[in-house]
Amino acid sequence: MQMIIANTLVDGFVVFLTDDNGWTNDIGKGALATNDTEAATLLAQAKAAEAANVVLDPYLIPVVIENGNRKPTEYREYIRATGPTVAIPA
Amino acid sequence: MYRYDEFDSKLVNERVEQFRRQTERRIKGELQEEQFRPLRLMNGLYLQLHAYMLRINVPYGVLSARQMRQLAHVARTYDKGYGHFTTRQNIQYNWIQLKDVPDALADLAEVEMHGIQSSGNCIRNTTSDQYAGVARDEIEDPRVYCEIIRQWSTLHPEFSFLPRKFKIAVTGSPNDRAAVKVHDIGLRMYRNDAGEAGFEVIVGGGQGRTPFIGKTIREWLPPEHLLSYLEAILRVYNFDGRRDNKYKARIKILVHQVGADEFRRRVDEEWEHIKDSALKLPQAEIDRINAYFAPHDYETLQDQGDLLAEQGKANTEFAAWLKANVANHKVPGYAIVNISLKSLRQPPGDMTAAQMDATADLADAYSYGELRVNHRQNLVLPDVRQSDLFELWQKLASIDLATPNIGHVSDIIACPGLDYCALANARSIPIAQEINARFQSMDRVHEIGELTINISGCMNACGHHHVGHIGILGVDKKGQEFYQFTLGGSSDQNASLGDRTGPGFPADQAVDAVETILNTYVKIRNEGERFLDTYRRVGMAPFKEALYGPA
Repeated sequence: MQMIIANTLVDGFVVFLTDDNGWTNDIGKGALATNDTEAATLLAQAKAAEAANVVLDPYLIPVVIENGNRKPTEYREYIRATGPTVAIPA
Repeated sequence: MYRYDEFDSKLVNERVEQFRRQTERRIKGELQEEQFRPLRLMNGLYLQLHAYMLRINVPYGVLSARQMRQLAHVARTYDKGYGHFTTRQNIQYNWIQLKDVPDALADLAEVEMHGIQSSGNCIRNTTSDQYAGVARDEIEDPRVYCEIIRQWSTLHPEFSFLPRKFKIAVTGSPNDRAAVKVHDIGLRMYRNDAGEAGFEVIVGGGQGRTPFIGKTIREWLPPEHLLSYLEAILRVYNFDGRRDNKYKARIKILVHQVGADEFRRRVDEEWEHIKDSALKLPQAEIDRINAYFAPHDYETLQDQGDLLAEQGKANTEFAAWLKANVANHKVPGYAIVNISLKSLRQPPGDMTAAQMDATADLADAYSYGELRVNHRQNLVLPDVRQSDLFELWQKLASIDLATPNIGHVSDIIACPGLDYCALANARSIPIAQEINARFQSMDRVHEIGELTINISGCMNACGHHHVGHIGILGVDKKGQEFYQFTLGGSSDQNASLGDRTGPGFPADQAVDAVETILNTYVKIRNEGERFLDTYRRVGMAPFKEALYGPA
């Protein structure tokens, strides 16, 4: 399975493309492509959003579902999706 | 310290307004990303793994308490309440939003700070000794020359599009705390036989994927020729440096390829034309800048050795801090205090807004309102009365800033790594924190003695791993984080690049490997011998055997 990951233009935060062609910070609410055709459709939508200056540098990432949660398979994308693995100073 | 003149404030304020309009146009869609990217980078705004990142210069690492409070304000108002001090003596905000950047820059401009030339292929912030002006071993204050270089290099039209970024470091002491031999240009001040102060000029040092120790191309440069000679070097580099391959574009590659002698010849040829031009520095101008760095009005005091010994006897934690974190000051009765940003609880170099504010208050109360940032990602209070040390220590301890580990195993340089950085291949901060956690016994830390561990999350080497006594480089090996080790690196006056131990270790064995290396060292060291000196004496063999078994 694949999802689209990007950064929004205005705040820069990591987002995922949703089924209704919007963007969410919550990986659980992003659109899932289960085959290459669906993935290509998502990527085309994301590239249109990039051209419209909504997001930056969208691309597809492979994900699996573990205990009902989406998890990017590459650790770089996992960290990107879930935030730093170390506690933020507070 | 130096205060902006009318030109400085004008150009910084104009730049803020220019960037405000550029940002508005970008958000409206009138500028595309490929048009906007170079504009934002010229103001220190990157796009990282999770968000935009804003890098703000701290010129040669000198900060006023007022500036520190404004850094806290920016962290609190526009970011997640913290900032990260870097190996270039700068500060980075990790969660800044594009729409807020112009306001953040306007607030910073109020205290003479900005991100101009903190990114891009231009001359970056000139770095220096964090003890500048107060070190007992100092020949002359390097900040004077850093400031002259800052003024010359700011928006220098000829050097705004160099083949690659360019970093200059200056030390005014024989004991190099500014790592000048691993910079594009390193300037080392010394006195000649006539007793005059001048510079040795070292060129082509650097780390990254092709590390080099810099080569001396001029043994003696009188200060009056500083700018003309720098200009000649930059001009040769700008003309002859490679632009076809990003990885071969730094000056170190040019110097290596043509050789130091040929490079020197080209520089000298250029220098002949400009040596006596308007770039020649009149003594009056050096004196004018020098006046900004005039010593404080120090009280006439005596050294407080007896008092400190007595306080240390009564409180061993204070004694440990005194030993590791306090350095000699040039004026009797005063001390230089290092503030460790390497507690167990925060990533190396990170500081909360509350800590920044509290530190600014301490600078006002104990150190003439001045702070320094050093390239090992710690802070310095440069001018503390020795009789105030105990009280200051208690206050630092109450905000988790008194870890007594400066120059020891847990005083680790770590780049942001894959927790933040879009270029990284592996994480750095968790390894630093695990090493810190493993070495929590300060008795053991002090028993191991002077040691630098430097960690980078990719071969760009922002974590200076090549010059750590122990260097750790994170790599991606088939989708897993692995850590390669180097031993014997150093960035001081006897700089050296570390040697690879052999194959890397997976993340869950990296800290064990550090412990193995240190146990081996403790076993074979001579009395009082530092890790680096033991390594230089015995070489790799015993460490290799301990790590990988008999050959």
